[in-house]
Amino acid sequence: MAQSEQEILQGLAEIVNEETGVDAADVQLDKSFTEDLDIDSLSMMTIVVNAEEKFGVRIPDDDVKNLTTVGDAVKYIQNAQD
Amino acid sequence: MSADKRVVITGLGATTPIGGTAPETWEALLAGESGAKPLPAEWLERYELPVTFAASLKQDPSEVLSRVEIRRADPFAQYAVIAAREAWQDAGAPEIEPERLLAAIGTGIGGVHTLLDQYDVLNEKGPRRVYPLTVPMLMPNSASGMISMEFKARAGAHTAVSACASGAESMGLAASMIRQGRADVAIAGGTEAAIHPLPIAGFAASQALSKRNDDPQGASRPWAADRDGFLLGEGAGVVVLESYEHAKARGAKIYAEFAGLGMSADAYHITAGDPEGAGQARAMNEAIASAGLQPSDIVHVNAHATSTPVGDAAEITSVKRAFGDAVDGVCLTGTKSMTGHLLGAAGALEAIILAQTLHHRIVPRTINVTDVDPEIDLDLVIKDHRTLPDGDLAAMSNAFGFGGHNIAVVLRTA
Repeated sequence: MAQSEQEILQGLAEIVNEETGVDAADVQLDKSFTEDLDIDSLSMMTIVVNAEEKFGVRIPDDDVKNLTTVGDAVKYIQNAQD
Repeated sequence: MSADKRVVITGLGATTPIGGTAPETWEALLAGESGAKPLPAEWLERYELPVTFAASLKQDPSEVLSRVEIRRADPFAQYAVIAAREAWQDAGAPEIEPERLLAAIGTGIGGVHTLLDQYDVLNEKGPRRVYPLTVPMLMPNSASGMISMEFKARAGAHTAVSACASGAESMGLAASMIRQGRADVAIAGGTEAAIHPLPIAGFAASQALSKRNDDPQGASRPWAADRDGFLLGEGAGVVVLESYEHAKARGAKIYAEFAGLGMSADAYHITAGDPEGAGQARAMNEAIASAGLQPSDIVHVNAHATSTPVGDAAEITSVKRAFGDAVDGVCLTGTKSMTGHLLGAAGALEAIILAQTLHHRIVPRTINVTDVDPEIDLDLVIKDHRTLPDGDLAAMSNAFGFGGHNIAVVLRTA
């Protein structure tokens, strides 16, 4: 079942906080994972795998490099859920 | 360690089965507390382990580390970080160029929790769910790597892996490097987190563990006639080592001088020490000589003394061999009677205890020894603590590991 942008953002923020300690409130749509949130590639993979489980989607490794901002990831998950 | 720079201990840190810090551990030693606790009930139900107790940490790491720090480090590295932070603060957080600071943290086994937990993940959920930090968490050098990063130690980050001698060997290597002028300050010690059903089953299968399930706190009894194996412990011991000049220049408090180091290998048997004690004695004699001392200058030995029937007897033989007639002037204690055996952290923790012993001039007694093995006729500190005399004193700590590794450390009062 598809979730709203806000629901996905909130769920993603929880995953990011759990893995990296970044404040969930800082995880906003316009934030870059690497530039703004200081998330390295190892943490990104964990976030992706946890997001797959949480949102019931599949994010192939080749697509992960295109997820620059939090908004990119939210949009990707939303599309994958449709 | 010949006539190069003198090395001193200026900071102590420990998280152990009897205390969350080095001073708490010392107080618990003087109180004669045992760190033995029952194993988690779910392990006992699932595996029917032959040993139902171990000396797990007194203070849960989650009380002092953040959720993310816990998540991204194996317990053995978590313990090392806790002890390193304490030691660094205790030393007064010395100002030091990164290129003159080194890290040396040993471990016997490394990230065994991560290895086995992630193997379960692989089996249950498949390779994609295996945590991306699995390898950097399980590797034995992750503790020294993390500590190097946190404290910006760029002179080097080292990890001696020599089973139960790892911690002492790492401290010894760090001290040697300071002596040689490769660094001015080092964060050095050992860490271990191997209380898990697999190592317990393995140690029990090799007949190394005490099976005194009806009396866990009485299980570790070095030199007792009825000793039956060691009490598995966990934790970390880390010190700040420093060249004497550096410590003096900044007015640091000095617990003890790291005066001598001896290292040898038995080349005899993968688990048993050489019953003739030649290798262990050679390490002890080298440690004494490298401190510029004679056996008669040593007043006390914090023995390896794990409470195994064979190991304790072999160490007594080697102490006699190393000290000769001077053995009458040496009193021995076995603090594993209280802390349990911290494996790769043991030698580091016992060097810390030895520094505290010299600093406070009190030898903590060995608990649980009611009937001494009649074959053992040395001066054992078992009834009451022993007060050491005033003046310049030297004492030794031994650490021996599976694989035939022998490390002896000599400390002197500062």
